[in-house]
Amino acid sequence: MELRLDGISHSYGETEVLRDIALDIPSGRIACLVGPSGCGKSTLLRFIGGLERPAEGRILQQGEPPDGCLNPLTFVFQDFALLPWRSVRGNISLVLEDHGISGQAADAIIGDVLERTRLGDFAGALPRQLSGGMKQRVAIARALAVNPAVMLMDEPLSALDAQTRELLIDDLVSLWTRTPFTAVYVTHNLAEAVRLGHIIVVLSRRPGRIRDIVELDKPIDQRGYADPDLDATQKHLWTLMRDEARAADAELIDG
Amino acid sequence: MPDSRRWVGFAVFALLIALIEWGTRTEWISPLTLPRPSDVLQTFQELYQSGLLFKHLLPSLTRLVIGAAIGVSIGIATGVLIGLFSYIRAGLSPLIAAIFPIPKIALLPLFVIWFGIDEGSKYALIAFGTFTPTVVATYGAVDNVDRSLIRMGQSFGLTWLSIVRKIVLPGAMPGILSGLRISLAIAIILLVAAEMLGAEYGIGAYILEAGSLYDLERLFVGVVILSLLGILVSAAVGRLERHLLGWRT
Repeated sequence: MELRLDGISHSYGETEVLRDIALDIPSGRIACLVGPSGCGKSTLLRFIGGLERPAEGRILQQGEPPDGCLNPLTFVFQDFALLPWRSVRGNISLVLEDHGISGQAADAIIGDVLERTRLGDFAGALPRQLSGGMKQRVAIARALAVNPAVMLMDEPLSALDAQTRELLIDDLVSLWTRTPFTAVYVTHNLAEAVRLGHIIVVLSRRPGRIRDIVELDKPIDQRGYADPDLDATQKHLWTLMRDEARAADAELIDG
Repeated sequence: MPDSRRWVGFAVFALLIALIEWGTRTEWISPLTLPRPSDVLQTFQELYQSGLLFKHLLPSLTRLVIGAAIGVSIGIATGVLIGLFSYIRAGLSPLIAAIFPIPKIALLPLFVIWFGIDEGSKYALIAFGTFTPTVVATYGAVDNVDRSLIRMGQSFGLTWLSIVRKIVLPGAMPGILSGLRISLAIAIILLVAAEMLGAEYGIGAYILEAGSLYDLERLFVGVVILSLLGILVSAAVGRLERHLLGWRT
């Protein structure tokens, strides 16, 4: 399933947050949204996920969601959003129960997603027993369990330390390589964007507009840590963002 | 509480009772002020042997259980509704704030007219008394449920009922249970008050009768039974907490 954003604009009261965003997100690709803080990238993601409605413009879904898709647009949150009173298995079965999937059918799905995220040994653990990286793997497994058409990832690695972040980037790359999925990936971290993005969309500071769309041709499983091929792109992105980021930074000081 | 420190609590009790026993025996404490603990124990034994203990205890426990069950269940339901719907909150929270400080005992004569002098008024008094603290504890607990979990439930397309049942209620459970501790203690206090009118049997009636005869031994037997009941109820809530909130520790 493809997504087409058509002329999205939005204001909260007097504050204009997004202006005329037009974007295509092709099927089976990861689109990274980057931009300075407060540029409206998370707001845009909420519009795409249908949690909020933009004042102007439309979000079109083109094509059919995949077979067995329970929740076409599925979020992965920065704060993991796991129920602390449910085990890893229970947290995943939560999103299946409402679709009447239980017993063996649920066990099959849960077993599959736990195996894909290498969490097989942790099915019975409670969230408080897990590290941050493991918690986010559980949240990713939960998102995969509903076989989404598009994964909406809102700074999924921003709450993790640098090493854990690298490990999870590798995990996401191998997950995508085994079974390509469509994702919109919001981040402020350019290194993450160049490792994971097929398309990188640079937003300007508020009101958020599209500054540039960079396409990266190198297959994501061939990109490595501190890859020299990605350096140029990352530098280019930083040049685009630096002045915006500085202005956004100063904006907070001005109040 | 860690097991290694539990004996301190018993030691305080034992020390206090030993002090009173010693004081009353040496007549440092006049028998008009406090009964001798050993006499209280003896009176308790007589009560038990005569079979009157259960004749008083059973109706009291029935009133406590039925009244508290009504009050707590309506209280939790109302608290969840106030916590979830802003219109219900706007409509009911001032009302709750208005009835919370009313001493419920003052309403007993009214309840006797409304619900009859028999069991009805007793259930009503206990139910009403447990209702308000339960409501306040519950909606505070619902307010404190992590909004990001509810947002997660919505984003996965969970039904409203599933979100309430699987996310809001378990998330509010710690607050609801600590409210339950307070509500049940209030229920025991109100039990005695309810049995002041139109009760032949019951711990409250027993205490009241002993009080009017200035029979301190029997008065204290009644008070000790209420204290034990309080400890028992608190231990039961503790068990419930360990069972339901095992995920916290």
